[in-house]
Amino acid sequence: METAQQLDKPALGTNDAARDKAINEQAAMTQDTPYPDQTVGTPFVDDPKMRLRDVEVFYDDNQAIHGVSLDIGKNEVVSLIGPSGCGKSTFLRCLNRMNDTIDICKVKGSLHLESQDLYDPKLDVVELRARVGMVFQKPNPFPKSIYDNVAYGPRIHGLANKKYDLDEIVETSLRKAGLWEEVKDRLHAPGTGLSGGQQQRLCIARTIAVSPEVVLMDEPCSALDPIATAKIEELISELSESYTIAIVTHSMQQAARVSHRTAYFHLGRLVEMNDTETVFTKPEHDLTEAYITGRFG
Amino acid sequence: MQTGNLLLLLVVMVAGAYYLGLRRSFALARPLGGIRHLHSLPFYFAMRSAMWCALPALVVLGLWLAFDDSIIRQQVLASLPAELQPTDASSYNLTLSKIQNVASGALPVNFVEPPIAAAAEHLQSLRQTSAMALTVVVIVLCMFGGAWAWLKVSPQLRARQQVERVLQTLFMLCATVAILTTVGIVMSVLFESIRFFGKVPVTDFLFGLQWSPQTALRADQVASGGAFGAVPLFMGTMLISAIALLVAVPVGLMSAIYLAEYASKRVRTVAKPALEVLAGVPTVVYGFFAALTVAPFIRGMGESVGLDVASESALAAGLVMGIMIIPFVSSLADDVITAVPQAMRDGSLGLGATKSETIKKVIFPAALPGIMGGILLAASRAIGETMIVVMAAGLAANLTANPLEAVTTITVQIVTLLTGDQEFDSAKTLAAFALGLMLFITTLVMNIFALHIVKKYREQYD
Repeated sequence: METAQQLDKPALGTNDAARDKAINEQAAMTQDTPYPDQTVGTPFVDDPKMRLRDVEVFYDDNQAIHGVSLDIGKNEVVSLIGPSGCGKSTFLRCLNRMNDTIDICKVKGSLHLESQDLYDPKLDVVELRARVGMVFQKPNPFPKSIYDNVAYGPRIHGLANKKYDLDEIVETSLRKAGLWEEVKDRLHAPGTGLSGGQQQRLCIARTIAVSPEVVLMDEPCSALDPIATAKIEELISELSESYTIAIVTHSMQQAARVSHRTAYFHLGRLVEMNDTETVFTKPEHDLTEAYITGRFG
Repeated sequence: MQTGNLLLLLVVMVAGAYYLGLRRSFALARPLGGIRHLHSLPFYFAMRSAMWCALPALVVLGLWLAFDDSIIRQQVLASLPAELQPTDASSYNLTLSKIQNVASGALPVNFVEPPIAAAAEHLQSLRQTSAMALTVVVIVLCMFGGAWAWLKVSPQLRARQQVERVLQTLFMLCATVAILTTVGIVMSVLFESIRFFGKVPVTDFLFGLQWSPQTALRADQVASGGAFGAVPLFMGTMLISAIALLVAVPVGLMSAIYLAEYASKRVRTVAKPALEVLAGVPTVVYGFFAALTVAPFIRGMGESVGLDVASESALAAGLVMGIMIIPFVSSLADDVITAVPQAMRDGSLGLGATKSETIKKVIFPAALPGIMGGILLAASRAIGETMIVVMAAGLAANLTANPLEAVTTITVQIVTLLTGDQEFDSAKTLAAFALGLMLFITTLVMNIFALHIVKKYREQYD
């Protein structure tokens, strides 16, 4: 099956020979172990923040997500892991309808943010995105000043009546993102002039400036060095006190460090979802075990 | 041999050299075990042979053609007897053209003095000799070059690098041609303008409010002095260009935004080329569209609300010109808007901005330099446009800011100054060069100004 798709992502810490072996094993495994119709583990929680049932995503005739159902609890950090092309980013982008920007993308299923149906035709997407913010893989600050970057959202949504209020929002957001001390003297310097890690924290500050309820992060550290990564991870832990966070990551260590629950995706299906600790110590499904032990991925 | 035939022969020989070079490199490669043992691919050996064959011959050919005529002329004139030797520039030209006419058969031999006839014959024979010599020299050079290159082919020869160097030089020469042409044009306009300012004071030209360039050819004619105040022309140009830009910039920009951000792929593939067709309509067609359709329409509209509209008006010309330059704005703006990274859009949309907010606050500032470039291009086109104005705005140099009146522009006046029978050193004709210079400076200043604005307001994404 689609082994070629996974070839380009070597498992962590394996050399070529080991990788070849892993690929062979994976090929064997995908033949032996059919996908579970039912996700194993405990994908559902009581009183979830986001309730997602039977989510299917199509790019034209290509089905990218097959019947994924899971909950994201309040103030919970959920990490989505899995090999490249398994659909975790696509799934994440459904949660604030960023997939709308792709013409050929169709989403089916029932997706709710509390009682709000995300794909209700009457829903104002713009408001939804203010409630469910997103941080992208590559830091993408606007080519504006640091201040204007953070003030962008509040200005659009009219969150501040006076300059003073706006200043305060900018400062709080930058503080929460752990960037205030580094940039307070140059708020009017361009945001693109910051280092990669600072840019990503700026993007996080920009996202939380509109006080979202949920923050989606699509591999937020994949373009960053280890020190910047550590800072962002620390930040995620702090943010989880006030926000619900869903994070897509390729680093299993990262998933283990920051998240409460972990979902393992494989070829567009949700294979397993459990407490992070369970997933990494006693995975229930063979595919999960194979992935987290680095036999393929 | 005639130069055309010679060039044809040259092409054949170069092709031959290419083929031989190719053959030889393959022949060399075979015993070594294939072309991978050569330093360069056979193509490069072949190209190198072709270049050696062509370039020296072409250089000699070019130099020869550039100088042989003047050398022959010198020799022919020197052969004339002393009493027929030209004394000044005009008699020099006269004698020369006489000789040339006899030589070409346009002037019968018995119409001229015998020494001239002899000189004509001399000219003829010199020309033949020159052509012959040229043929021989070029062919020999061609063969030598080709043979030399053929002999030098060896597995170690760095043909690839040599071809690269020749191409590099070629590219540089092409760039130089464009730059030198610009410099040449500026210089010629500048020198003629200086002559003009010798006759008419600069201040009169720059600040004079009246333009009537009729000067007397003879002293007893009435319209003697002429007035060369460029302000009415300048104002007319600015008025019409401003109207044109007022039409083109909003329409062009918004259509670009629609095409880049909102239109579906299907609409885009049809609409974009269709818009660009506007730029392909000949200006003379726009001209009569303006003069015969738009101008009467505006006149009728004006009359119905009690306004007095001239049948040739700045408004008609400006409106039609605006339509014409829409594609310059829209096409360039569309390209730069499309080039803004998707990450910028995602970032803004992800914060809950609408599409139009994203465009206004993120995409537009990021695309500003390109948009400005499109507007500038359109503005230069508007300022330089002639045909529409001639047909729809008239020739009357009125100093007015009223778009309903007839005005004229710098370019139109240049055309009228230089067409028809003219003395080429009168103030009237020289004024055209001064106007040209002014136009050039205006555009230049505009460009610098726009660059400055772009630098100040652009938001640069990496």
